Amino acid sequence: MAKKARKTIKTIPKERAVVREQDPQVRNRNFEEVTFCFDVEQALLETSRCIECPKPGCVKGCPVGVDIRGFIEKVSAGDIRGAYDIITETNLLPAVCGRVCPQEHQCEGSCVIGKSLPPVAIGRLERFVGDTAIANGWSNIPYIEPSGFKVGIVGSGPAGMACAADMAKAGCDVTVYEAFHVPGGVLRYGIPDFRLPNSVIDAEIANLEKLGVKFECNVLVGRLFTIEQMVEEMGFDAVFIGTGAGYPTFPGIPGDNLNGVLSANELLTRCNMMRAKEEGFDTPLPRGARVAVIGAGNTAMDALRVSKRLGAAEVRCIYRRSRAEAPARLEEVHHAEEEGVEFHWLTAPVAVLDDGKGGVRGLRCQRMELGEPDASGRRRPVPVEGSEYDYECDLVVVAIGTNANPIIGQTSKIALDKRGYIATDDDLATSLPGVYAGGDIVTGAATVIKAMGAGRKAARAMKRHLGLRDTDTVYRPDAPVSATLFGLDPDEKNVVRVRAS
Amino acid sequence: MPSASESRGFEIVDRKDFSDVTYLLEVRHPLMARAAKPGQFVIVMLHEHGERIPLTIADFDREKGTITLVIQAVGKTTREMQQACKVGTHLLALTGPMGEPSHIGKSRKVVCVGGGLGVAPVYPQARAHKQGGAYVIGVVGFRNKDLVFWEDKFRACCDELIICTDDGSAGIKGNVTTGLKQAIEQHADIDEVVAIGPPIMMKACAETTRPHGLKTMVSLNPIMVDGTGMCGGCRVKIGDDVKFACVDGPDFDGHLVDFDDLMVRLKRFSTEERAAFERWSESCRGRTAAALVEAAEPAVAAK
Repeated sequence: MAKKARKTIKTIPKERAVVREQDPQVRNRNFEEVTFCFDVEQALLETSRCIECPKPGCVKGCPVGVDIRGFIEKVSAGDIRGAYDIITETNLLPAVCGRVCPQEHQCEGSCVIGKSLPPVAIGRLERFVGDTAIANGWSNIPYIEPSGFKVGIVGSGPAGMACAADMAKAGCDVTVYEAFHVPGGVLRYGIPDFRLPNSVIDAEIANLEKLGVKFECNVLVGRLFTIEQMVEEMGFDAVFIGTGAGYPTFPGIPGDNLNGVLSANELLTRCNMMRAKEEGFDTPLPRGARVAVIGAGNTAMDALRVSKRLGAAEVRCIYRRSRAEAPARLEEVHHAEEEGVEFHWLTAPVAVLDDGKGGVRGLRCQRMELGEPDASGRRRPVPVEGSEYDYECDLVVVAIGTNANPIIGQTSKIALDKRGYIATDDDLATSLPGVYAGGDIVTGAATVIKAMGAGRKAARAMKRHLGLRDTDTVYRPDAPVSATLFGLDPDEKNVVRVRAS
Repeated sequence: MPSASESRGFEIVDRKDFSDVTYLLEVRHPLMARAAKPGQFVIVMLHEHGERIPLTIADFDREKGTITLVIQAVGKTTREMQQACKVGTHLLALTGPMGEPSHIGKSRKVVCVGGGLGVAPVYPQARAHKQGGAYVIGVVGFRNKDLVFWEDKFRACCDELIICTDDGSAGIKGNVTTGLKQAIEQHADIDEVVAIGPPIMMKACAETTRPHGLKTMVSLNPIMVDGTGMCGGCRVKIGDDVKFACVDGPDFDGHLVDFDDLMVRLKRFSTEERAAFERWSESCRGRTAAALVEAAEPAVAAK
């Protein structure tokens, strides 16, 4: 291969390729995607900003270790299919992750360019590749030799999907159980269409089905059958629990049981999954003219922006710390601000006020100031004496976090930790032999990509447990082989069952 | 919009109509028939545009592999199901069994009270208590003689059965609390009362037993979406705690339940419910919309 002139920080374009976005005043009235996908020209311009580091920090910053440099090189050579192949070696959901990962804390946060210029827009490039794949109907179906093992996955969210994909590639007969009537978990019920359209989830799930993964909806594991029954009676050789966080926390202030106070999960489920925002769907949707959302995480941002789109005249974010401590992605806060959401930092709710008919008249708030750092290292908010004031609103959405969902704990002998989440060892093995768990049900609420990382980590441990060789590593021949052998990708490693017993 | 019969789902194998508003559906679901325990419920979705509604499991037949739902037509979805759900059609979604099963076992003498839409769901509890060796007194209430159903089923599992009708056309005259009071007078050694029905009735039962210090379990019916504990729409006040009825219940100690809070929360969507029902009845050609509205009025009348 001919050597290219080495790019340096001095020779690359200073600014990121500009991506088109819907105008804030238009998009805050619709549920269409806010950010458009790169076109080929923009993608090529952005790839020219990658200096192809010999030891790429970005890869280390990615929870699943996508070969970022590798796929960017392919894009820059115009080989989008090749880029897709590289990404899907480690990440089966590029169109999802490219959209919803907090890249500023992950790959882009570790990009060396970011030290002096805006980092390479890795997420947008990944989405470009993922969307191109969906548009062209690409999927990577590796040669899979059945291993004879049967694997059950509980929950069809990001953790379950990632684990299912890896186990299917290892030749296992994989069934994913989902309690809702549609698969996808938080991608479906939580993240709104303007950040992640349902068509993208459908396409990614169809890819998993092509790998042989079976999705069974309307199955509430723990109640319809228990984890123990899956192992002992139903013949599952290994089980992965990825049931996610749930059980929303309420603030425990007077009036928080009033009609007109609801969890962000409820609002988002009604709006996104039950499609209550559309005509002709039966699920009712609580609508407010003046909406207060308590909390400043990603769920809160989704609730704020959904409320705006549902037609609320005024949407306010109430958060007891300052903007610097807000757990939401910066991009989300920025988008919400552009769309007309009002942010009230250093403000804590004290009581929800009753309208006398069981509904909400307003929210009593108190101003806060930042005191000494607490155990988490963040400065603790301290109430300012005599700063209480009433704010008129008619809907209060609570997005202050979740607790562990109790169903699996109620119905199985699995060991839980002090907070009620499933206890696992470093390999994500639970106290029940052959049963693994990962994602929010182990860590508490985290991110989509962390859940996917956990699903893949559990899959590695499950393969070891079953005596299957690890299929994560793709062994590349020294010389590039462009031709396929009998229609098989020579890079694809066959799976060999080595367990003797 | 796809009709329920066209989509794959859960097959309806039997249907009975107890009155013009109450009907029974028996649905094939062998796994659920095996897993179901008294006190549990399901979430049903009729079709892709439908909402998810909770319904208590009124019976299950483990050998036949079916579960039974008894439904009262009170609004858009339950009316639409009344029209669409015929033998051989399918429900799009049927998830469960949900909720913690009722605790059956220690009580030696139990009164099982069912009123209105609670008559059917109290049946599996009465049967389980009987199978557990308890002396079971059934108290079931109806508006009049013509609406009485499952008398034979209750007789088969109750040592005594008190039927109450508002007009006295069958059994004793009065509502279920009259029957409950009669049972308490006649039996000094009652261990437990189970009461299922509309919140106002369960509240009345709890107030009837409170002076006697009788353990009273009720089954709460708040608004639900997922039924798996992830939205908190079904939260209820139990003593000083807030619980989610879908995973912590639906059974709770009736003396600790804040029924007034429950009743206010049940009216959360009354405007939307009425609007949905009116839209739907207008589109139902060949049916007299006025008759449907009249039938549904009690459920949506209170604003």
